[in-house]
Amino acid sequence: MRYIDYMQLNPFQKFGYNFAKFFKKLPSNLARFFKFIGRAILSFFVGIGKGFANYGKRFVKGDAGVKLSYLIFGFGNIVKGQVIKGLIFLLLEAAYICYMVFFGWGYMSKFGTLGTVKATTKIDEFGFPVPVPGDNSMLILLYGVVTIVITAIIFVVYIANTKSAYKQYEAKKNGEHIPGFKEEMHEFLDEKFHITLMSIPCLLIGCFTILPLIFMILIAFTSYDNAHLPPGNLFTWVGLDNFTDLVSITEGANKASTFLNLAEWTIIWAIFATFSNYIFGMIVALMINKKGIKLKALWRTLFVVVVAVPQFVSLLLMNQMLQTNGAINQLLSLITGTHQEIQFLNSTPLMARITVIIVNIWVGIPYTILITSGILMNIPADLYESATIDGAGPVKSFTKITLPYMLFVTTPYLITTFIGNINNFNVIYLLTNGGPTTEQFYQAGWTDILVTWLFKLTMNNQDYNLAAAVGILVFIVCATLSLITFNATKSAKDEEAFS
Amino acid sequence: MIKSYKLRRGLANTFIYIILAVLGILWVSPLAYLVIQSFNAGKEQIPQTLLPQVWGVENYIKLFTDTGSLNFPRWYLNTFVVACFSCVISTISVLMVAYAFSRLRFKSRKKFINIGMILGMFPGFMTMIAIYYLLKAMGLTQTLVALVICYSAGAGLGFQISKGFFDTIPRALDEAATIDGANKNQIFWKIILPMSKPIVVYTVLTSFIGPWTDFILAKIIMGDARDNYTVAIGLQQMVSLEFKTRYFKQFLSGSVLVAVPVTILFLKMQSYYVEGVTAGGVKG
Repeated sequence: MRYIDYMQLNPFQKFGYNFAKFFKKLPSNLARFFKFIGRAILSFFVGIGKGFANYGKRFVKGDAGVKLSYLIFGFGNIVKGQVIKGLIFLLLEAAYICYMVFFGWGYMSKFGTLGTVKATTKIDEFGFPVPVPGDNSMLILLYGVVTIVITAIIFVVYIANTKSAYKQYEAKKNGEHIPGFKEEMHEFLDEKFHITLMSIPCLLIGCFTILPLIFMILIAFTSYDNAHLPPGNLFTWVGLDNFTDLVSITEGANKASTFLNLAEWTIIWAIFATFSNYIFGMIVALMINKKGIKLKALWRTLFVVVVAVPQFVSLLLMNQMLQTNGAINQLLSLITGTHQEIQFLNSTPLMARITVIIVNIWVGIPYTILITSGILMNIPADLYESATIDGAGPVKSFTKITLPYMLFVTTPYLITTFIGNINNFNVIYLLTNGGPTTEQFYQAGWTDILVTWLFKLTMNNQDYNLAAAVGILVFIVCATLSLITFNATKSAKDEEAFS
Repeated sequence: MIKSYKLRRGLANTFIYIILAVLGILWVSPLAYLVIQSFNAGKEQIPQTLLPQVWGVENYIKLFTDTGSLNFPRWYLNTFVVACFSCVISTISVLMVAYAFSRLRFKSRKKFINIGMILGMFPGFMTMIAIYYLLKAMGLTQTLVALVICYSAGAGLGFQISKGFFDTIPRALDEAATIDGANKNQIFWKIILPMSKPIVVYTVLTSFIGPWTDFILAKIIMGDARDNYTVAIGLQQMVSLEFKTRYFKQFLSGSVLVAVPVTILFLKMQSYYVEGVTAGGVKG
């Protein structure tokens, strides 16, 4: 379709056109995506190869100082007069060797088996039981990962050390000035300022996001559940067993049926929660923004206050109000004149699920109002005018103009909200705690979604392996959705637009 | 014709006013119930009527005096301290990362941005168990330091909004400063930061509010160390089966005491946020 034809479509047709285009292009986009990944992997290995080639070249070309610094960190720098820098390199090497000898290697060597010696007790000569320490699989895994990460960091330092040594050698050979420590430090405030800025945040993220993430991903491939809890017991690598446990329904184990049921409810929940909030929120926003409605600020504040109150407060409050002796039942008793004790959260699964979705509307609509108000104002007014002239009522204008337009503009927001709802821990956990409980599921109730199940598996039942596997699956779904969104909005985000 | 049109529009507007009023009441009434019942000075453990029979501030007084098993003032102080520290650390790291990504050009900048985005997609609780063990290995579980670390360590990943703001400041400013002999460090402190007050305030407020509203992480880390609870898990403890009959009304007043400051900060932040987004484009 040519651009001019496209421009003449109404927003609804535009949305349909883009929708169709998206799916038509999906195969080729996916192909491109995999090609991109393939290229990235290829360039990664090419980069490594080049790195090694340079590494060898520097060794061959360099003088004795450079060659020695391949064994002794910082030697080349010290020889060329950069004493402080060289000593820092040397210190790092010494620290790493100490770490490996006294601590890291012990764990690293057992990493393949995660320990073989069980902790036991033996009776000593006086007849008292004495604990004999064995291997602790959890610590072996944890410190194994820590050691690998530290080794990777030291490797980077090592390469930097050889590079630096070679650079000083070349500088000396060409008769250039070799910068002193102070001068080099000044670089970190100017040319290398990004290193100064990024190092501390990166260190923190590495320690408390990446390291735990690697650890958890590895746990998904072990047998670390409540039957294999260290220090008393050992666990070991089991490959993909946890994932097959989650999808293959065999008699006796109900993990798979629990997973599939909860996955289904998670998706139903995410769809209902996202779209109910989206549509109702937009209708309310439209009403507030309608021409001729006064006190707009007041109406908006009424709703926004609900957003502002911390979510755990409003959800705990709702939970209490929905109890059999809570405020909602009191209100119903007052209205009907008879005593009411409706169990909103603990009777049937359907009742509880509907209650959760309705309460979520209460929690979520104000967000939609906040987000959509601005966009709604941007819909060209002449669209509505011509619709009115053609005899469209408010309902028709909403379904034929507002909704298509908004869907077109806010698709990324919708997908982010959808992902947010898949991960919506607070609403489920604080409102129903997964109830009504059932024996039918493995450690889950009727309103549990996957992430609350994950939480319960780890906190109540210590099935870490299963929880980690569930987490990885949730991540794959969320990441795919995010990547699609990101690709769709990438063109709109031109970061250089203002500069 | 005109008259009937006016009439129809008037009718429609009245209708909308009615709907808005009903919805507004529906939306605010649970919160109104919370505030009203927190002043319930009646004898019953759990309010049996929609409006209190006896009004008074007993619940608030009890909240601060009856601290034997559940120590609310202590929790409040805990949360405040944690919020202050994590606010400082995370504001600094967010601004540093955002500035580096936005204003500085270096090798593999794009790669770092993408890695940051992908890391942000993992469900947060997946790492929590691992963080718990890491902290345990460091001997930090059940302490406030652990909470500060958890809240501020990953803060650098939330650079997007600030980066978006920095992107809108014209690069000509940097260039002019460079010609005048300023290095990048000076440009950051003396030129960009003073111009970025809205986004700084926004970052400070969001990271300050975080600890007041977070629930899961605090619960995992604190376990049963009740003295080190933050308000979120503390208040949940008050309505748990064990304490509900004694503490339900204190729960209401405690919730009010937490919700009021956070609400005020949020409303304040909202205006700053809007300002931050709109002002950036016009400046320079």
